[in-house]
Amino acid sequence: MISNYYFINVVRFTLLVLVQVLVFNRLNFFGYINPMVYILFLYWYPIKQNRAAFIGLSFLLGLCIDFFSDTMAINAAATVTIAYLRPAIMRFVFGVNYEFQSFKLGNATKVQQFTFLALLIVVHHLVYFSVEIFSFANLLLILKKVFSIGLATLVLSLLFSSLFSVSKE
Amino acid sequence: MQQIINFIIRYKNFLLYLFLLAVSLGFTIQSHAYHQSSFFNSSSWLTGNIYNTSYSITSYFDLDEENKKLVEENRQLRKILFNYPKSVDTLALDSIQASYTITSGQVIKNSYADRRNYITINKGEKDSVKPDMGVITTKGILGIIENTSNKFATVQSILNVNSNINAKLKNTNHFGSLVWNEETYNVVQLIDIPKLVPLNVGDTIVTGGMSSIFPENIPIGTIKKFDLDNAQSFWRVDVELFNDMTNIKNVYIVNNADRPEVLKLEEETLSDD
Repeated sequence: MISNYYFINVVRFTLLVLVQVLVFNRLNFFGYINPMVYILFLYWYPIKQNRAAFIGLSFLLGLCIDFFSDTMAINAAATVTIAYLRPAIMRFVFGVNYEFQSFKLGNATKVQQFTFLALLIVVHHLVYFSVEIFSFANLLLILKKVFSIGLATLVLSLLFSSLFSVSKE
Repeated sequence: MQQIINFIIRYKNFLLYLFLLAVSLGFTIQSHAYHQSSFFNSSSWLTGNIYNTSYSITSYFDLDEENKKLVEENRQLRKILFNYPKSVDTLALDSIQASYTITSGQVIKNSYADRRNYITINKGEKDSVKPDMGVITTKGILGIIENTSNKFATVQSILNVNSNINAKLKNTNHFGSLVWNEETYNVVQLIDIPKLVPLNVGDTIVTGGMSSIFPENIPIGTIKKFDLDNAQSFWRVDVELFNDMTNIKNVYIVNNADRPEVLKLEEETLSDD
């Protein structure tokens, strides 16, 4: 059971990196929209796991994407931020009952799952584009990119998460 | 001491987060300044090979179109060759005398949606591709080699905020710098052209002779519109690229054999002052 756990996460990690760099980084919808579906790794990652390991793993995930897409370490910075903030976001979305042993993402309501995913994406994209553009003079550009690319990421992530549902675990 | 250790244990996740964030921001800001990090780039063995595998599968899909482009280029080159005033002297084409050597390569990863776009090609150090060589396509310039590994290289695209290339108006010697304002992927900007230079929409922009990277007169694009900059003394020109930056496959890597000599001479001149 435990090894199965690790196995699933390793496979997920590898597949998400490959799908991101080989498919979604080449999408260029409207010339600039490349959804970042690899965030789903953080959405799917089991809740009751060692938090430090989770942060480290998320950093590694971001770094892998950076290696492929020549973006320095911007993805790593954004991903490690949402990894650190994930418990706070979960507490906000699911209330206190996410700390119970029996809580599972699949048991939460659709609205809660949607809000959780949307918040992860918004925070990630805010950090990502702030670091990438790196100037508050371009605040409008940052917000425009967060909104348009965030929306694309959200739609595709929802499609993916309904394809590979976690409720079976 | 005990308290410090307690503090570290209690906040270990936060400290870990701060540490990793500082590492990633450090890498990012360091490369914000001018160059792509020589560590974080897709020319490495693993990423290069994955992109190459993907390329070797997808490259079949547009072979037809790519063949047409190459035939068209051959036609143009033959036209120039047949209309060359005197018969081409083999001695003049001797490789020892040629100052530019050309290697062909294929794009295995292209990007044009970011602020700093880099392209990865499947030629590297073993094909004697080195940093600071120019990369061109059939239609115009593409960028400059930035990092190389044994089999792959990354190219700083002209669609990169750090890109700065010497360019001029065709058939004149009025030159300026070619930069990108990151707005659209088919328009770049030419700045520092003095106000007294007459311009027309549709004029052709080519590479200038000041750069020791590109040969002179490589096509870039045509003037789309122009206006004066804030100081009212220089033109700010929007140049529409000849290249379709979204669809590039075959590229040529240009090596200027005289470049080390030029650089050495310039350095000596500067140090004499």
